[in-house]
Amino acid sequence: MLMDFDYFRELFFSGLTRGAIYALIALGYTMVYGIIGLINFAHGEIYMIGAFTAFIAATIFSILGFPALAIIILAGVCAVIWSASYGYTIEKIAYKPLRHAPRLSPLISAIGMSIFLQNYVLLAQTSDFLPFPALIPDFDFMEPYAHIVGSTDVVILATTTVIMIILTFIIKYTKVGKAMRATAQDRTMATLVGINVNRIISATFIIGSSLAAVGGLLIASHIGQINFYIGFIAGIKAFTAAVLGGIGSIPGAVLGSVILGLTESFATGYVSSDYEDVFAFSLLVLILIFKPSGILGKADNQKV
Amino acid sequence: MLTELRKSLIASIWFAFLTFPIMVIKVNSIEKTIQWRWMNVVYVMVGIFFLSMAFRFLLKQKEMRAGKEESGTEIKLSPIHQLINHPTYRVVFGAALLLFAVVYPFVFSTYQINIMTTALMYVVLGLGLNIVVGLAGLLDLGYVAFYAVGAYSYALLNHHFGLGFWAVLPIGGVLAAIFGILLGIPVLRLRGDYLAIVTLGFGEIIRLVLENWGEFSKGPSGISNIPRPGLFGIELSLNDAITYTYYLMVIFVVVTIFFVNRLQDSRLGRAWIALREDEIACQAMGIDKMKTKLIAFSLGAFWAGIIGVMFAAKTTFINPASFTFLESAMILSIVVLGGMGSIVGVILGALILILLPEYLRELSEYRMLAFGAALVAMMVFRPQGLISNVRRTYSINKDE
Repeated sequence: MLMDFDYFRELFFSGLTRGAIYALIALGYTMVYGIIGLINFAHGEIYMIGAFTAFIAATIFSILGFPALAIIILAGVCAVIWSASYGYTIEKIAYKPLRHAPRLSPLISAIGMSIFLQNYVLLAQTSDFLPFPALIPDFDFMEPYAHIVGSTDVVILATTTVIMIILTFIIKYTKVGKAMRATAQDRTMATLVGINVNRIISATFIIGSSLAAVGGLLIASHIGQINFYIGFIAGIKAFTAAVLGGIGSIPGAVLGSVILGLTESFATGYVSSDYEDVFAFSLLVLILIFKPSGILGKADNQKV
Repeated sequence: MLTELRKSLIASIWFAFLTFPIMVIKVNSIEKTIQWRWMNVVYVMVGIFFLSMAFRFLLKQKEMRAGKEESGTEIKLSPIHQLINHPTYRVVFGAALLLFAVVYPFVFSTYQINIMTTALMYVVLGLGLNIVVGLAGLLDLGYVAFYAVGAYSYALLNHHFGLGFWAVLPIGGVLAAIFGILLGIPVLRLRGDYLAIVTLGFGEIIRLVLENWGEFSKGPSGISNIPRPGLFGIELSLNDAITYTYYLMVIFVVVTIFFVNRLQDSRLGRAWIALREDEIACQAMGIDKMKTKLIAFSLGAFWAGIIGVMFAAKTTFINPASFTFLESAMILSIVVLGGMGSIVGVILGALILILLPEYLRELSEYRMLAFGAALVAMMVFRPQGLISNVRRTYSINKDE
């Protein structure tokens, strides 16, 4: 019985960690969807590029002999800077010219962008799995609890929580955040009251991409390997989480991610690990069929 | 002019910064070595300098075109449209193509015939997806799942029950169509972009199940020794079998073109196009939205199933790796590149996307990169595709 409870607890924490990372990626989806109504298919690729940049930066700094803490912070900063730049540029190239196009056009463009970025990294770097250094150190004070929850999990959960609080603050109280909410509600009206909508959309992409980069850094150092394809699956799972919570809703994305993380963790732990991805996809299909608006989302009725 | 140059220069500097970690640095974390590829900076900067000029030029052109259309200026039909809309030319053109297709195996080598057969298979797949995406406007990202259903139904029915190609051909098609209906009933209520993701998820589920359910599908190692299509029990040599498969494919293509063409002009086809343009107006006109979409979905699936059977018979070996998302994306690129809703466009798109990489072998690793870029570029600059579908318009003569 005790044995079983330990196993349950292990699965619970690993699910929570997964959920936290999905949340970081899902937020980017949800914010972009909230503002321009587009499923940013290339978002998973931003996360992948974040992980690659972090990998390159971390290796360089560790060769230069920086201390462990400096390495993780510098790698994180590099990942955020470059991912945000990619997000900004992608929006300018692939989505901005399509603002007034039919709904499917930007989606197809996003799929194209995603394929392009995957192959760009594949060709410029490598198709092999790269061993990602374990950047997050094992803390001494965590030693007594190590059998329950690892240091990495704690760091991931703590980082995610802090980021969520900062994000909530930005969205609720800053000028950019208010402008974002206004743009999401009504773009024309936002323009009328003097909001530079283009700049707000760029800002959304930049914030979303930065979050994905942090997610990339954390998950890569948690799992320990990366390749050019990680963005595809992670992207779809994060999207599932965003839809589960109600796309366009920020608390919804977090809630959905945690539920998805726990579901995956328990399903692989108790049912079968072969079908890990099938559980996520099935969950996605089921939600979209039975409750497309998600747990915290608003029902979106089509009007003439 | 000077501002244009400055903008391009800024773009190229920006991209040099952007691509710096991925393009320039290559690290090896085990041996602790860093490789600097400084030449790539130069390539990126020069490339982006010209690309950004082209980008802005093409965008301007597109805006000008849009302006012209709004001001009501008569838009001239492109030469290819004049060709295919003129009855005599169309017959001559079609006959010439058919003649070329018939003579092809006598002129080219077996290797070339094989490539052409593959290209023709993609023509049919493209035309099938064109029903779903181009006509009915339903973005299906899991099209390859139906293709897999067809291929596996032939492989498995043959393996377990010894059924032949011709017996399984309709079964494979119908099975795929049934899968289409089963998936379609719950998901077709969803809005366009959700539908795309659900179909993508469905495609991945099918592939993962095929990969993991070893007792059913023999897992990742796949099924081999699938017989080629039979010809009244006559034993064919390998070369003859390939030529025979090629001719079968030509017939398939002709039949498909005939069907799709007729469908487009039918009541159903018009309903699809109307549904694509405006769902609410359609419902007001008394079109059963669900039924119409479901028919489009299952018909598209049917074609994919048929070609799946053909694929299994042609390659004699299948495994789940042939049915990844990239395959769906490739078929989608064919439809998008060629022109959604346009039959000639889709045929051209398939031939370009399949044949070009075959003949540019040295560049084959850049194939998917180019596909991705092409999808974005087509959407940004020419959403109607290479050969756009001509919209039927009625002009009223005001003088009368």
